[in-house]
Amino acid sequence: MNKKPEKLINKKGLRLDGRKPDELRPVKIEVGVLANADGSAYIEHGKNKILAAAFGPKEMHPKHLSLPDRMVLRCRYHMAPFSVGERKSPAPSRREIELSKVIRECLEPSVFVEYYPRTGVDVFIEVLQADGGTRCASITAASLALADAGIPMRDLVVACAAGKIDDTVVLDLFDTEDKVGCADVPVAFMPNLNAVTLLQMDGILTPEEFAKAVNMAIDGCRKIYDLQKEALKTKYMLIGQEEEVEE
Amino acid sequence: MPTYFEKKQLVTPGELLAEGEYLPGSNTYTENSKIYASRIGLADCDNKRVNVVALRAFYFPKVGDMVIGTVLETGFSGWTVDIKSPYTALLRASDVLSRPFKPQNDELSQVLSGGDLIVAKIASYDRSHDPQLTVGEPGLGKITRGQIIKVTPSKIPRVIGRQGSMISMIKKETGCQIILGLNGVILVTGKTPADEDLAMAAIQKIENESHTSGLTDRITQFLKEEKQKIGGKQE
Amino acid sequence: MSSLVTRVRLQQIEKLIEKAKRLDGRGLNDYREIKLEQGLIEKAEGSARILLGKTEVLVGVKVETGTPFSDTPNDGVMTVNAELVPLASPTFEPGPPDENSIELARIVDRGIRESKAIDTKKLCIEPGKKVFVVFVDVYVLNHDGNLIDASALAAVAALINTKMPNYEVKDGEVIIKQGYTPLPMKSHPITVTLGKINNKLLVDPWLEEEQVMDARLTMAFNEEGNICATQKGGAGSFTQQQISEGMKLAQEKAAELRKKMDW
Repeated sequence: MNKKPEKLINKKGLRLDGRKPDELRPVKIEVGVLANADGSAYIEHGKNKILAAAFGPKEMHPKHLSLPDRMVLRCRYHMAPFSVGERKSPAPSRREIELSKVIRECLEPSVFVEYYPRTGVDVFIEVLQADGGTRCASITAASLALADAGIPMRDLVVACAAGKIDDTVVLDLFDTEDKVGCADVPVAFMPNLNAVTLLQMDGILTPEEFAKAVNMAIDGCRKIYDLQKEALKTKYMLIGQEEEVEE
Repeated sequence: MPTYFEKKQLVTPGELLAEGEYLPGSNTYTENSKIYASRIGLADCDNKRVNVVALRAFYFPKVGDMVIGTVLETGFSGWTVDIKSPYTALLRASDVLSRPFKPQNDELSQVLSGGDLIVAKIASYDRSHDPQLTVGEPGLGKITRGQIIKVTPSKIPRVIGRQGSMISMIKKETGCQIILGLNGVILVTGKTPADEDLAMAAIQKIENESHTSGLTDRITQFLKEEKQKIGGKQE
Repeated sequence: MSSLVTRVRLQQIEKLIEKAKRLDGRGLNDYREIKLEQGLIEKAEGSARILLGKTEVLVGVKVETGTPFSDTPNDGVMTVNAELVPLASPTFEPGPPDENSIELARIVDRGIRESKAIDTKKLCIEPGKKVFVVFVDVYVLNHDGNLIDASALAAVAALINTKMPNYEVKDGEVIIKQGYTPLPMKSHPITVTLGKINNKLLVDPWLEEEQVMDARLTMAFNEEGNICATQKGGAGSFTQQQISEGMKLAQEKAAELRKKMDW
């Protein structure tokens, strides 16, 4: 059993992994990685490794779950048994069930569900390796999977967390900081519409610290959004793309 | 007010394209008189209408469209057909038999059954019902020969080319008959499977490189090179 | 799945919201009437029943002995479960907890756990070996909207009502003695839920309003006015502005409720 670290920020103001308080972990994203899915994306955010896939729109089975005037979005967030330090049972835990619901509710506002009545789209998220902030990285990948499936959207949804460790509000907590720190605030955001679609918090924060954490998380979101757009464009661009297209 | 993108710029969902006196076209939406992209694609402006040619989209049924589909199941009064869209299509027995259908006398699976390919037209479709197909016109019906290849529906115009230049060239170089379903399914029928494979390879190349220029020349070149290779092997 | 509210009714609700009024005559910032009863289930170590308007939630607390978690050997354990009992609403089906009851339980749990409401160190019997385990079971008896606040308030009330048996440890065995002590508590968190309809925030959404609203924001506060849990729910979204407004409103209402409950 690892001993709990005493201080999460050292005298130089650097965190256990060498980052400054407002620094993001490195993020790498690839779109269109699964040949059988209609849309897919893979993200590495710090040590998190997460795969997301979208299937649909298609007719729903069982049919009685479909809605007459809109598309139904279903979402499954699941962690692989080997993704964490102590093996996790493959059966869905209460946390995974709550996160599946919360992630679905955060992606839904971005999708034009009213365009495709009586259909459904399934989003599957598999966390292959977890190191804090998996729900945020999952949302970033899942939104790209939906866009990659050609589903019309209002905007991409991007997510990032902020929190408090020792006495400082910091951006993007990794696993140790999340477990030992004072608070964790994950936020999902649609940047072009200034809409927050996921907001949770556990820990204790004064209202001022909470507001600071939300703002910091949104700034983090905007940075990751640029990487999201780039990853999506990269898939559809050939090296040396030209402008003129014959019609 | 100018638009916020360059002609044929690659845009992602949610990107702001224009505001003010413009009209929203395909794959865009408006909010507070601003026009945003709703899919990834190439943005363009045509007579004040902002359009995005989607690089990734699925087929959405439209009445009158000619489509190529695969029969899924024989039902009581007709067949369900996969037209590669979110909705399964229906083909009524009465439409195929061109007369009222008698369940006691007619064995539907003898006419069409799961796995058969058909060329059909979308006869009716609305939000509360699945699309209905018809094969009651010349040129429609069961396909008995050839292979099919699926492309993104919005790339069909690219496969056709300017004034049909691309498609005629492929037909000429490979000697194949090519039928283009608006649902992105293309039927290629040639004299030999090798000819069909060649035509399909060319179409696949168009799908992958659709947003680049000089494509017709490159495909022509590609076909000539491949034919030489085949010709060389046969020597 | 929700039982359908007619379109005319939904339009009525929206029209009134524009005038800052609601169908039951409340203002946007008013809670429904709250009635609280404690200790009604004698076989449970603690219990409370709340009526928030017509929403009725019963919470029973059972205290048993068990083993602590390996990473917190000196702390007692608390677990929260919620049942959306089928008799509470035509939309609740019998069966294992679904995502709604799991989310409800976890939000109530978060408020209590993060505010350190229970002094878990005082629940330790033998470090690393034996601790008290507090089971909080939320039983929704009638669903008329805002199950979260009703459940959270009833849960805290039930914990305040909870008495732990006195015990002594002899030769490694826990022997229950006569008498009880109240459950050691350090905080009484208060949870406030806001709904959003047509970009207007309203407090304590009622069942029909929940069908019109596009999103909800729940926040739990401790005595110092600090936030110990937050959860956005529903398929809609909030602007940053709405989140700050919501936070201020929730903080105000939490302070009011605290006075009313005398916590």
